[in-house]
Amino acid sequence: MDKTQSNSWVNVLLIVDKFRVFIIFLLLLVIASFISDAFFTVTNLFNVMRQVSIVGIIAVGMTLVILTAGIDLSVGSVMALTGAVVAGVMTAGMPIPIAILVCLIAGLIIGAFNGVVISKGNVPPFIATLAVMVIARGFTLVLTGGSPTIINDASYRVIGSGTLLGVPVPVVIMGVIFLIMYWVLKNTTFGRSIYAVGGNEEAARLAGINVDRVKIFVYSLTGMFAAVSAMIYTSRLMSAQPNAGTMLELDAIAAVIIGGTRLTGGKGGVIGTLIGALIMGVLDNILNLANVSPFYQEIAKGAVILAAVLLDSKLAKLNR
Amino acid sequence: MTLLTMKNITKEFFRVPVLHGVDLEIDRGEIVALLGENGAGKSTLMKIIAGVHEPTSGSIYLDGEEVTIDSPSDSQHKGISIIHQEFNLLPDISIMENIFLGRLPRKWGSFVRWNEMKEKTKALLERVGIGYLAPETSIRQCSIAEQQLIEIAKALSFDAELLIMDEPTATLNNEETERLLQLMEELKNKGMGVIFITHRLNEVMHAADRAVILRDGEFIGVKHVEETTQDELVAMMVGRELTDMFPEKKNHAGEEVLRVEHLHVKHQLEDIHFSVAGGEILGIAGLMGCGKSELSRALFGLYKLESGKVQVNGSTIQTPKDAIDAGLALVTDDRKSEGLVLDLSVAENILLPNYRLLSKRGVLPKKQLNEVVNVWFGNLAIKASSPQVEVNQLSGGNQQKVVLGKWLQTNPKVLILNEPTRGIDIGAKAEIYKRIERLAEEGMAIVLISSEMPEVLGLADRILVMSDGRISGELDRQEATQEKIFEYAIGGGSNG
Repeated sequence: MDKTQSNSWVNVLLIVDKFRVFIIFLLLLVIASFISDAFFTVTNLFNVMRQVSIVGIIAVGMTLVILTAGIDLSVGSVMALTGAVVAGVMTAGMPIPIAILVCLIAGLIIGAFNGVVISKGNVPPFIATLAVMVIARGFTLVLTGGSPTIINDASYRVIGSGTLLGVPVPVVIMGVIFLIMYWVLKNTTFGRSIYAVGGNEEAARLAGINVDRVKIFVYSLTGMFAAVSAMIYTSRLMSAQPNAGTMLELDAIAAVIIGGTRLTGGKGGVIGTLIGALIMGVLDNILNLANVSPFYQEIAKGAVILAAVLLDSKLAKLNR
Repeated sequence: MTLLTMKNITKEFFRVPVLHGVDLEIDRGEIVALLGENGAGKSTLMKIIAGVHEPTSGSIYLDGEEVTIDSPSDSQHKGISIIHQEFNLLPDISIMENIFLGRLPRKWGSFVRWNEMKEKTKALLERVGIGYLAPETSIRQCSIAEQQLIEIAKALSFDAELLIMDEPTATLNNEETERLLQLMEELKNKGMGVIFITHRLNEVMHAADRAVILRDGEFIGVKHVEETTQDELVAMMVGRELTDMFPEKKNHAGEEVLRVEHLHVKHQLEDIHFSVAGGEILGIAGLMGCGKSELSRALFGLYKLESGKVQVNGSTIQTPKDAIDAGLALVTDDRKSEGLVLDLSVAENILLPNYRLLSKRGVLPKKQLNEVVNVWFGNLAIKASSPQVEVNQLSGGNQQKVVLGKWLQTNPKVLILNEPTRGIDIGAKAEIYKRIERLAEEGMAIVLISSEMPEVLGLADRILVMSDGRISGELDRQEATQEKIFEYAIGGGSNG
């Protein structure tokens, strides 16, 4: 009797622990429905998700990077640069598929460069990606000449503004990427290696895992996801902006951390990140619906990030 | 008045009892050994004294007065110093700053009195027998044994009356252990109380006045050392008689499997040359720093070789991946930082080197993996509620079983064991010895590296002794004795 009771108490705590991001998210949704009747409408919810998609996709890559106990500060600049690339290629008269391919490859190459410098060059990820962040921004300015590059091919608009069976295309892209990466993390050698490298790099190496290769893969994927976001971004604006994606890396990191992935690696996953990104999106949306000034929105957003993480660490302690 | 009395201590986590009615008593000028298998509750009891955990019920008395110890700093103020298995030293700052961390001697409230600190440190280091170290030396430059003594010096600087050490000798060699036990004796004679946790019963018989035995969180008893025997203590710890630690030995050497040719690693190893046959257990003995750990890493492809080569069944090994593919497995001496990913589950740790071997084009067959895990989980009798439990929740012995399991699943032809029973209790030790012997019987070649001579003598068919990065002697089972090994280990030996 006593024993089963204690076990169920433990189980409740474990469940709360496992789903604490979801619980925070649900709380937020409840609050949202009180603040505005407009919140729970299909149009509005799709709108929120579309806005989340750019950060969300990048945050998937960021999750992988953080799981290996790394960080990638270059994602915002990489998005700007690959955006400039895709616009540039189209301006040069190439068809859209070629432009997309070049854009993805560009992202992949920059990411791989990050990974090689970090693993082979033994440079701390923070420093390596900080440098690449600055370099990529510089290249963006060079490519765009400092002013927006306009995209004229109207069919390109589909990526950012089109719908597929009623669902916005960016939301579909984000959903597919999340699903694929969720599956990869769970069911592939590569996925499990990411957790091992972040949890204990030395033990991973001794288990025959090629640690350098895992890191290079992870940063490459992150670069490529930044390129995907770049396409959505440029398609929404039908232009490449030299200052696109400034501070975006911080939003992505915030989504990952709110989502419960541990900053020191080895623990977490993309589902949490998706919820984390949605939390931030919903928050923006509520504040807009409630007509809060954009200046105060920033303050509110920061406060919520802090509150979420504090709650998280409190719950974690309770659980011990 | 006794220094510390603990009466009827009970501790529950989430209503699951881990300690039940434990009594402990220690007086000034006394050494008490705390004995018990892994998971017996020793560490929890220590953490209660340290103020990390509060007991669920029971009373603690200091000098006859009932107290509550509500935080680690509170316990420190009350004259209790604890040295954990993992040291609390900052590796990159000096010895003296470590000792006076958080309470640097100051003038005018904010300026550090370096000279005063240096002199005080010097005196403290002198007291614990490492006066030859300069107070400015950074911790990273000190050996494990020295770091241990620095921890003790730190405890002394608090004017501690009660010193508690968690397995202080687990990572020390014989000589260093001897010195530590001597120091404990001196502290005792100066009126301190010392409690130490250990798995080595000869140390208990040698140094302690009394032994307190716990088993599965229960208080089993307390014995005056002069009135008991090792066998009786073991029986109390495991709850049954252990007739023989080492399984019976059969000779079953087959064909050569591992071949090491004139191995050189810069500053580490010199001209290492030997081979091991299937079914053979090769022991490698030597003092700390003789290069035996480095040898294990070199065999596994973790060092750049200056010359020479390592071959398993004819294929040459250059990276850990080569090693695993060729059928080599390495159980390292540091399971926490090299053997396991502590935050991952038992299942994941067992699968770690096997993902690549079991996956189909990188995709993992879930069902098959579960079967693999369940086989080892049962086979090795790992004590955990399920394979999904994080490894950091397990006791040392069970963690070691996980490490063993993950390597056995790779189906190795050669198993390198570096200190396989370090920090493991006697029951688990005997279990691991039996398994080693059984693996050899089944034809596996085993390289057993150990600082515990009885272990090498009890298990190995042949013993290589290392000294200063080279092999200084080879003994077969019949001629090997503790004395002969020691002679080679200190660099002497009959042929040089």
